[in-house]
Amino acid sequence: MNEPIDLQKDETFVLNVGPQHPATHGVLRVKMTMDGEYIYNSETVLGYIHRMHEKMAENRTYPQFMPNMGRLDYLSAMAFNHGYALLIERAAAIEVPERAEYIRVITVELNRISSHLVWLGAFVLDLGGFTPLMYCFDDRERILDLLESVTGSRLTYCYFRFGGLYNDIDDAFIAGTQSFIKHMRKELKMYAKLVTGNIILMKRLKGHGAVDQNMCQRYGATGPVARGSGINYDVRRNEPYSVYPDLDFEVPVYHDGDSYARYLVRMDEMEQSLRIVEQALEKLPDGPVNPEKKPKIIKPPPGDYYAAVETARGNFGIRLVSDGTKNAYRLKLRSPTYSNMHLFDEACRGMLLADALAFMGSLDLVIPEMDR
Amino acid sequence: MTIQDTTKQALSELFAGAAGDTREADSDAAPAPAGDEQETAIRQPGISEQSYARRGFHLDVLITAEQLVRAAEILFALGYYLESITGVDWIKEDRLEAVYDFSRYDFDLCRVVIRIFAPRLDPHLPTITGIYTGASWHERETHDFFGIVFDGHPHLIPLLLPEDADFHPLLKDFKA
Repeated sequence: MNEPIDLQKDETFVLNVGPQHPATHGVLRVKMTMDGEYIYNSETVLGYIHRMHEKMAENRTYPQFMPNMGRLDYLSAMAFNHGYALLIERAAAIEVPERAEYIRVITVELNRISSHLVWLGAFVLDLGGFTPLMYCFDDRERILDLLESVTGSRLTYCYFRFGGLYNDIDDAFIAGTQSFIKHMRKELKMYAKLVTGNIILMKRLKGHGAVDQNMCQRYGATGPVARGSGINYDVRRNEPYSVYPDLDFEVPVYHDGDSYARYLVRMDEMEQSLRIVEQALEKLPDGPVNPEKKPKIIKPPPGDYYAAVETARGNFGIRLVSDGTKNAYRLKLRSPTYSNMHLFDEACRGMLLADALAFMGSLDLVIPEMDR
Repeated sequence: MTIQDTTKQALSELFAGAAGDTREADSDAAPAPAGDEQETAIRQPGISEQSYARRGFHLDVLITAEQLVRAAEILFALGYYLESITGVDWIKEDRLEAVYDFSRYDFDLCRVVIRIFAPRLDPHLPTITGIYTGASWHERETHDFFGIVFDGHPHLIPLLLPEDADFHPLLKDFKA
């Protein structure tokens, strides 16, 4: 279906998608060499929203850098909070109380659902279906309200502290989350009827945007992109952190490697996240959310430290080189979309432009996280 | 045999000539070699095992630029994927460090860190885009930020910085 008809290089023209194109969901530019409607070659141009967070990390103390995490990936900021907190806790050997760990998991998973809802709405919108966006943003609004009541912000969370959290959750949050889980289960069934089985959606996604396992390994793709290609890789499982080992959930894996497989992975993940939140609420222990003893000034011993978490888009890795002072000597942010997007140039060759845009949507891009 | 041992054995091929270089670090007692100035100064190429709980990675491998492509081949064959490439500017020692992070997709958790030192003036490293295609952007980024030239890279133009950028902002002596 993707086979181009006899591409002639001398009859090509260059098409600029972006940096202000609605399908790229941000300031991303893709220079496409086209042969008619078929893509002959493509080159992604990054850096339109590059802010050099890594340099900022060298000029700030460790706690001062936490708000930057919310500015990397504005859709799943909580998971980025978690990654940075894990890293510093590992480096400075700070213990986290169990209650804080459970609340972290609850908020991260709620945030994952809200991130996937934005993706679902925007993705189907790209394909020409306007209605699901309205439902998605309605459901997402409930999560944002819940998280706002506990974190104080709606999007760019700075909720985690080294060793704990900014504040504890209250009964209203617990009751609200439980009623949200019930509501969301019904909504997911509705999405399955409204979107998943839709024949137009299937025709646009099935068999298009093939990504195989070898390509994933060569590019370092993670998250739903890898899981849509049959790679059972989820940092929560493969490299357990926090209280994920105590919780029962499945990692959805599909083997087709096309845009539809990636779509199904994310839809199933929302269900699994609901399960995680439900269990975490049941198991939520009493106690403090911040450690009793914590160094006033964080100064990790000299050396290298690494931590990784599973965000809504894949493996977010963060590497710290400390020289023993209160600023990082070097902080490297490894963002998942960066590697996921990189394979686009190779995978989209020979595709129709319209299919390539659907493929791009199925990669779930967040540009600020890519450009950092 | 765990994957960590398999990887260690496969990588020790690189150091076959110099016996005794592969040493085990007592990672609970001794600080990691890199980062500590005195330690780095005397560190020889070789593999050192690290405590995952403290560091977040298992194998720390210091190699020379000539061994890089072979090391990447070994890791690719063992099923590792490239997480990232980055640099560190050790301005006091007048050298740059390139750091390659590798991880696995399966449940045998093993993170491998490959380090290479290059002179601060005119640093050159070979590209590994021939093995890990995704290294292309990582190498371009490292070239942007540190000025390390990856020989053989097909398209070494600025990635995140403006296309006419002639500065390397993550060098410690960079002034905006």
